[in-house]
Amino acid sequence: MATSRRWASSTPAWTSRSSTEVNRLLLKPAVKPLVFALALVPLGLLVWGVFADTLGANPAETLIRSTGDWTLRLLCLTLAVTPLRQLTGWHALARLRRMLGLFTFFYGLLHFLAFAWLDMGLDLAAIVADIAKRPFILVGSAALLLMLPLALTSFNRAIKALGAARWQALHRAVYAVAVLAVLHFLWMRSGKNDLAEVGVYAAVIGSLLGWRVWRLRQSR
Amino acid sequence: LPGARSAVAGAMALDKPTPYKDVTSYNNFYEFGTDKADPAKYAGSLKTRPWTVAVEGEVRKPGNYDLDTLLKLAPMEERIYRLRCVEGWSMVVPWVGWSLAELIRKVEPTGNAKFVQFITLADRAQMPGLSQAVLDWPYVEGLRMDEALHPLTMLAFGLYGEVLPNQNGAPVRLVVPWKYGFKSGKSIVKIRFVEKQPRTSWEAAIPSEYGFYSNVNPKVDHPRWSQATERRLGEDGLFAKKRPTLMFNGYEPQVGQLYAGMDLKKFY
Repeated sequence: MATSRRWASSTPAWTSRSSTEVNRLLLKPAVKPLVFALALVPLGLLVWGVFADTLGANPAETLIRSTGDWTLRLLCLTLAVTPLRQLTGWHALARLRRMLGLFTFFYGLLHFLAFAWLDMGLDLAAIVADIAKRPFILVGSAALLLMLPLALTSFNRAIKALGAARWQALHRAVYAVAVLAVLHFLWMRSGKNDLAEVGVYAAVIGSLLGWRVWRLRQSR
Repeated sequence: LPGARSAVAGAMALDKPTPYKDVTSYNNFYEFGTDKADPAKYAGSLKTRPWTVAVEGEVRKPGNYDLDTLLKLAPMEERIYRLRCVEGWSMVVPWVGWSLAELIRKVEPTGNAKFVQFITLADRAQMPGLSQAVLDWPYVEGLRMDEALHPLTMLAFGLYGEVLPNQNGAPVRLVVPWKYGFKSGKSIVKIRFVEKQPRTSWEAAIPSEYGFYSNVNPKVDHPRWSQATERRLGEDGLFAKKRPTLMFNGYEPQVGQLYAGMDLKKFY
């Protein structure tokens, strides 16, 4: 990838020996299926919870909240791939980034579907009215919508068709998605003044984006 | 904690009570944490005896009422109330207790007593949630005098025929069934009679979203949650449509006249 070549020279030398081992490990064929399976575990637990009735007194709320939580977590992981690669020299992590991004979209879609179905009873007019009325839902929907073109252009042929530069420019929209996602969570929680958890996600996403700004300044 | 069937009008809802497990495992009691499961997890540390409730302010007979005195102050009644949370879910709870009016009459409010303020326990040693500055502790709530005197307004000491579990506001809590759940303060330590409308905790925290009255009203939306419908826990299936929310949580025949002529959009 173009980006890895650009940054490879700045990787600290002390990481090189151990990172070779890690990279070799990451390149094993089992890694991708393993990450794929791991990313499906939260969904599996939720589905199991529905049938086993272990999601508490308000399973609908648990489903909506958990899918939202996992969207944020996967978004953090996706955004962590590049900084982690640069800091550790584990460049083989790059091959997991697309899958993590797609799972972010997948859980975001589940989150929206859970809201639309369990909270709104799939009543399209009510969903539209709610999105228009409540800024936090509007912002969340915008984040999901913004992820759609990224998901749709995630396969190799799309990269070729768009050209690497244009593809990369498009996929920088993930930074906007991250900001909107945190705002969505913040506005949802501020109704109950319960901001501790929001603070954690804001800090993680803030540093992941901040790192990129810092790198950009360094390279100039 | 046994209670006789209440004869108060509207006190015995015909709705199916929410399972005990749900009533006691899904609670908003921020003093023990903001997660719904936190109170059941952490409220074990709450010591409910000895316990006194201080009555002060505009009353002729102020004083400290210990729990045993309160338990015997009036005959215990069982009342089945709907409970509607501002977050859009509801339960049906068989409470045990008596009308707050019984206590109010005993302490003889003066003519200056226009409102009643409820102050709840805030003890860092017992309540891990207090370390988070979610609200300005202690949690305070309030009612207008006529609301406090309404026979449906009760002090509850138990539920499902048992002593109140800690996570539900032991040893004594308020229950005001036609208002959103947060109006019903838990683990009350002080009842103060005042002349001016007191500021409540949620009003102080987010005045644009929470008003003093906070009557259940499907026509006045909370900016974050639609109040037109609700999910009845333990009864409405996962994929069932939410049920319509009733004006004053269905207690309009009993309490509607308290608000005659008031603009409830303004006094939300």
